[in-house]
Amino acid sequence: MISFLTSLVNGLSLGGIYAIIALGYTMVYGIAKMLNFAHGDFIMVGCYIIFTAVSTMGLSPAVGIIASIILCTLLGVATEAVAYRPLRHAASPLAVLITAIGVSYLLENLALLIFGADAKSFTSVVKWSGITLFGGQLHIQGVTIITIIVSLLVLVLLQSYIHGTKNGQAMLAVAQDQGAATLMGIDVNKTISLTFAIGSGLAAVAGALLCSAYPTLTPYTGAMPGIKAFVAAVLGGIGSVPGAMIGGLVLGIIEILAKTYISSQLSDAIVFGILVVVLLFKPTGLLGKITQEKV
Amino acid sequence: MALLEVNNLNVYYGVIHALKDVSFHVDKGEIVALIGANGAGKTTTLHTLSGLLHPQSGSILYKGEEITKVPGHKIVSMGMAQVPEGRRVFADLTVEQNLRLGAFTRKDKAETGETLDKIYQKFPRLKERQKQVSGTLSGGEQQMLAMGRALMSHPDILLMDEPSMGLSPIMVNEIFSIIDEVHKEGTTVLLVEQNAKKALGIADRAYVLETGRITMEGKAADLLNNTAIQKAYLGE
Repeated sequence: MISFLTSLVNGLSLGGIYAIIALGYTMVYGIAKMLNFAHGDFIMVGCYIIFTAVSTMGLSPAVGIIASIILCTLLGVATEAVAYRPLRHAASPLAVLITAIGVSYLLENLALLIFGADAKSFTSVVKWSGITLFGGQLHIQGVTIITIIVSLLVLVLLQSYIHGTKNGQAMLAVAQDQGAATLMGIDVNKTISLTFAIGSGLAAVAGALLCSAYPTLTPYTGAMPGIKAFVAAVLGGIGSVPGAMIGGLVLGIIEILAKTYISSQLSDAIVFGILVVVLLFKPTGLLGKITQEKV
Repeated sequence: MALLEVNNLNVYYGVIHALKDVSFHVDKGEIVALIGANGAGKTTTLHTLSGLLHPQSGSILYKGEEITKVPGHKIVSMGMAQVPEGRRVFADLTVEQNLRLGAFTRKDKAETGETLDKIYQKFPRLKERQKQVSGTLSGGEQQMLAMGRALMSHPDILLMDEPSMGLSPIMVNEIFSIIDEVHKEGTTVLLVEQNAKKALGIADRAYVLETGRITMEGKAADLLNNTAIQKAYLGE
């Protein structure tokens, strides 16, 4: 029972990280209509920024996190403006997808060039050791609790931003019809930039939490969580903000339970197997809507 | 001075020459109709006016100011709003959210609230459905929503693209009487229609667009009595 509870809490925490990454994926997909396959690598960039600030320069973790969020946000906006925007009206939607894969390799190889291939040991940004329950039988790490809280906070803030502000309404409008949004006076380019800024800033947050929980940092640190978060976004219904949250949490819990009770080697196979099964029965994902043509 | 003046507009879609030396003008207070068959370039003309497309050559003067190169999102705050073909309401958003998006460029919140009340008075059906997701509205209600949304920006000129499309004859009459009402309240209207009879019935002047070229222009009443027009567009 205790081992199950431990797995569940750890699953929620990992799922929270996936959810934060998936939110970036799903917002960019929903609003800019593209899959930013470099999104996972923004996480890695964010982790190296914190690593450099804290371990190399001796700054405080708070400063490291803030620097990481700011720089990742700028990286996201710049990547969109330089690499993706010129291809937005390209004849084939594959052009921008291939470019995103290119950006992904570019970032990984730049990190390889700057920091080398050897794994860096990341110092957790969460200093709190956590809580112990049931007379010492269940210990929950501080970073686990913080991750769960932060992911819920991110969801609430994001939902209230999208539904409660003018910029949020502009995002919803652009997501549905860029031409009609322009007719309303909405600057589509600015709205898409803003979406990338938010998604990339969230990637930095996810990075800080991910590397605090799993402290090995390499140029490929972001790749697998990026793909899993993409799976989470699809599982929840890509384009849906609550869907990304639920998809992320479900995926994290399944992964940890599979690791604990089935096999740690098979856990990824199980995660991706579940995606296949869900999509067979509900191709639009758990919260994805079925588009109905009204006659 | 014309409110809107278009001179020798040439627009291409890739290699397709969609508008060829199109020139026309709309004076303040007029209803001007642009009629023509499917594919004649009517929607292209409106898209170019609203800045969704940019012409290769030619000029668009609005209130005497050149707006040919102004980006689309800056047009509406200059006083030119469009009710696009196929309504293009934001289907996942509620009626009220759609209307509020129409006032996106208006800064004064209190004024937007008052405008919203006026729109609801004009379209009581929209008020009844203010919390409803707009994709579930009927075609006529969506047309009203698209009109209300455009009016939320207090336009000086309203560009209307095929308002009658896909609507029942009763609904078409209702929509046209609303256009008439909006016009009487002081809004200039540029009306694009395939339904030439309805359009000429309401318009002061009209232009006929054929395969990207203006081939005829004149008073709407004269065009209604023109035998060539009757044959080609009025089915008589």
